[in-house]
Amino acid sequence: MSGHSTFEPTNPVIKWIERRLPIFGLVHSSFVAYPTPRNLNYWWTFGGILSLMLGVQIITGVILAMHYTPHVDFAFKSVEGIVRDVNYGWLLRYLHANGASMFFIAVYIHMFRGLYYGSYKEPREVLWILGVIIYLLMMATGFMGYVLPWGQMSFWGATVITNLFSAIPYVGESIVTLLWGGYSVDNPTLNRFFSLHYLMPFMIAGVVVLHVWALHVAGQNNPAGVEVKNAEKDTVPFTPYATIKDGFAMVCFMLFYAWFVFYMPNFLNHADNYIPANPGVTPAHIVPEWYYLPFYAILRAIPNKLGGVVAMFSAIIVLAFLPWLDSAKTRSSRYRPLAKQFFWIFVLVCILLGWLGGKPAEGIYVIAARVATFYYFAHFLIVLPILSRIEKPRAVPNSIADDVLAKNGKKAMASIAVMLAVAGALFAGSVQDARAAEGGPVPPSEKWSFAGPFGKFNQPQLQRGLKIYKEVCSACHSLSYIAFRNLADQGGPGYNAAQAAAFAEEYKVKDGPNDAGDMFERNGRPADRFPSPFPNENAARSANGGAYPPDLSLMAKARSYDRGFPQFLIDLVTQFQEQGPNYVSALLQGYQDEPPKGFDLPPGSYYNTYFPGHSIKMPKPLSDGQVTYDDGSPQTVAQYSKDVTAFLMWTAEPHMEARKRLGFQVMLFLAIFAGLMYFTKKKVWANAH
Amino acid sequence: MTTSSAGHATRRDFLYVATGSVAAVGAAAAAWPLIYQMNPDASTIAAGAPIEVDLAPITDGQAIKVFWRGKPIYISNRTKKEVDDARNVQLSSLPDPQTDQQRTKDGHEKWLVVIGICTHLGCVPIAHEGSYNGFFCPCHGSVYDTSGRIRSGPAPTNLPVPPYEFVSDTKIKIG
Repeated sequence: MSGHSTFEPTNPVIKWIERRLPIFGLVHSSFVAYPTPRNLNYWWTFGGILSLMLGVQIITGVILAMHYTPHVDFAFKSVEGIVRDVNYGWLLRYLHANGASMFFIAVYIHMFRGLYYGSYKEPREVLWILGVIIYLLMMATGFMGYVLPWGQMSFWGATVITNLFSAIPYVGESIVTLLWGGYSVDNPTLNRFFSLHYLMPFMIAGVVVLHVWALHVAGQNNPAGVEVKNAEKDTVPFTPYATIKDGFAMVCFMLFYAWFVFYMPNFLNHADNYIPANPGVTPAHIVPEWYYLPFYAILRAIPNKLGGVVAMFSAIIVLAFLPWLDSAKTRSSRYRPLAKQFFWIFVLVCILLGWLGGKPAEGIYVIAARVATFYYFAHFLIVLPILSRIEKPRAVPNSIADDVLAKNGKKAMASIAVMLAVAGALFAGSVQDARAAEGGPVPPSEKWSFAGPFGKFNQPQLQRGLKIYKEVCSACHSLSYIAFRNLADQGGPGYNAAQAAAFAEEYKVKDGPNDAGDMFERNGRPADRFPSPFPNENAARSANGGAYPPDLSLMAKARSYDRGFPQFLIDLVTQFQEQGPNYVSALLQGYQDEPPKGFDLPPGSYYNTYFPGHSIKMPKPLSDGQVTYDDGSPQTVAQYSKDVTAFLMWTAEPHMEARKRLGFQVMLFLAIFAGLMYFTKKKVWANAH
Repeated sequence: MTTSSAGHATRRDFLYVATGSVAAVGAAAAAWPLIYQMNPDASTIAAGAPIEVDLAPITDGQAIKVFWRGKPIYISNRTKKEVDDARNVQLSSLPDPQTDQQRTKDGHEKWLVVIGICTHLGCVPIAHEGSYNGFFCPCHGSVYDTSGRIRSGPAPTNLPVPPYEFVSDTKIKIG
């Protein structure tokens, strides 16, 4: 955005505007003529990818806000309404929810790239600090966004994070009350978080403009870390060279993104967030989203409330001081043999912290977290200051042009390989589900017709499952997100509209008030939802020995179990996401008449092998021959369990078939597009070498 | 993007055009769900199902208002005089010529069912008002007769008749 514009418009309209508002010149000098170092590698494409993700998040977010209701009674319902009823709502929500994770993956790569190549050094200090500010804003935005669906993790995340401020001496409690707008996290909190979540992306966009401005004043750093000496030899114009390269990288990144959106949309999420917020019950292990885990580990490593909070925020703030902590003249770690090694140690420590953040805060994990926390700060406060005084750097190339000549193609490939490895490792470190030491055996993995990239629901199975829900489960459990009309939806149990209407007709639904002001009962209609067996939670509890039979609509997504370290990485590739169905099915079959010796079963409870803690209030619901099947399927508990579980998977994810179908089309398109972009990029760059 | 004008399109040009076209197709395909999401969602469509209205409580000369798909529907039990007024009209004198027979159901001519939204700019006309004792829109002064036909004022067309049928003599199904 500085003055090396060579823009000479010929079109008279553009000329006329340009004399009054030189906007075309600005765009031309910033994104067309702007000289970029010739030797940039693919790590430099993440700035563009981040802009893309900011755009995707803002667009999908503005649309989601059209359908979302920021009220404690409606937030969870409206999110389900988006996913179930809004046209392409499931796509928009999954794009937005996974988009946040993709945004953070890209920003972490972008930051580590800056750390490795010394992009924070003179004259780019302000550019770097603006980046730290963007990162802080992103964290605040991501946190508030996670609160909006108003699930259990939303609510308890909001409670824990706002309580961080209570650590501030004297005024902490008042600040927390101010943030909440009440005496606890409640409707005012949700409402203001929604408002701020909508505002902050635009603040980010504003700081991004400053970030890009500062970048274009100082010029881009590059892998050699030497400044541009001869613009002719050392640089190429932004368009077409950087544009096409960034474009190719963006398409590859979208392929990665689409893998999650269409095939594993809940992999990076927590099952608990499919349980509506309950201010009375904290989930057994509450963990933040994966991208906060390293800082969460630092928070928990310090055995003092204020100390933990200070350490956590310092871990981010220290980045802003990096340009002065590391005073080495050589920018790129490529020519700093020691700094290079310490960089990789630092990366590993960050990943380790992320992994520890997802583990329960006990035993060896706490000790490891303390060591890693110490090292995290030592890297900035001890290692880098010392290195910059004692390290003997290798000779840097004379110019960028020399660096290009010295380089061969293999390096770039190695770079991409490392990039993928780091991305994978970041996941390894952080996506870990903390529901670890719950006890109890792991549910066996069953074969599900809906598993895998081409999995579909088995219609007869869904129909049998519906029968079991109707004849058995519905005595106690509601299914309140499902309407009778859904039975005739595409990708569902395969009834037609008339059958769904006839099914609804058999139910009595409360309606009213009528002209006389009275409530009355009428026959169900397709638009009605399955009626609940109890009028309210208290009635349900009193009829069930104090336990509340949960709504089953989302059950197959609201339960999970830990898959363990190597396995869940494999799941990422095999697209395994059937923890919920495995658990539900195992639970239904997991009753034992006699608890094992030494197990003290409370009165009114039953022993279940797979239920956390084994003592469940629900009596064994299914027994052989209880429900009659017309299609000759075995009338056994095992078959019943599988059928009703498959049905519940459909109620939890009714558009799964449409999602996988569209996913295949999108993946195919992106793969072709990526290929074309690759060859176009090669053609364009052929001129540059 | 180079779209070469002369006949010597090179392989490079083809590659650029192909990549550009695929990008354009992708952008258009991505825009579709972003726009289409604004259409009524499944629950709104389901809630717009037909409704049944019991006519028994509506007395002679009374008009009631019910809602269907968020629109006010007037159901008017017209007196003999009102029906006669509506039928003894020179069709050529009407801005939007329609007979009362076309606007009511055979055998149920006393019942008038119209969407109570002024065809001018969407206000709700008041029943039994105006110089024809039909409907009068207070916003901009459109006057409708006892058949809901526009007689004077800025509204261009008659009050529309919603789709409905008589389920029995005293019950109609709208929608």
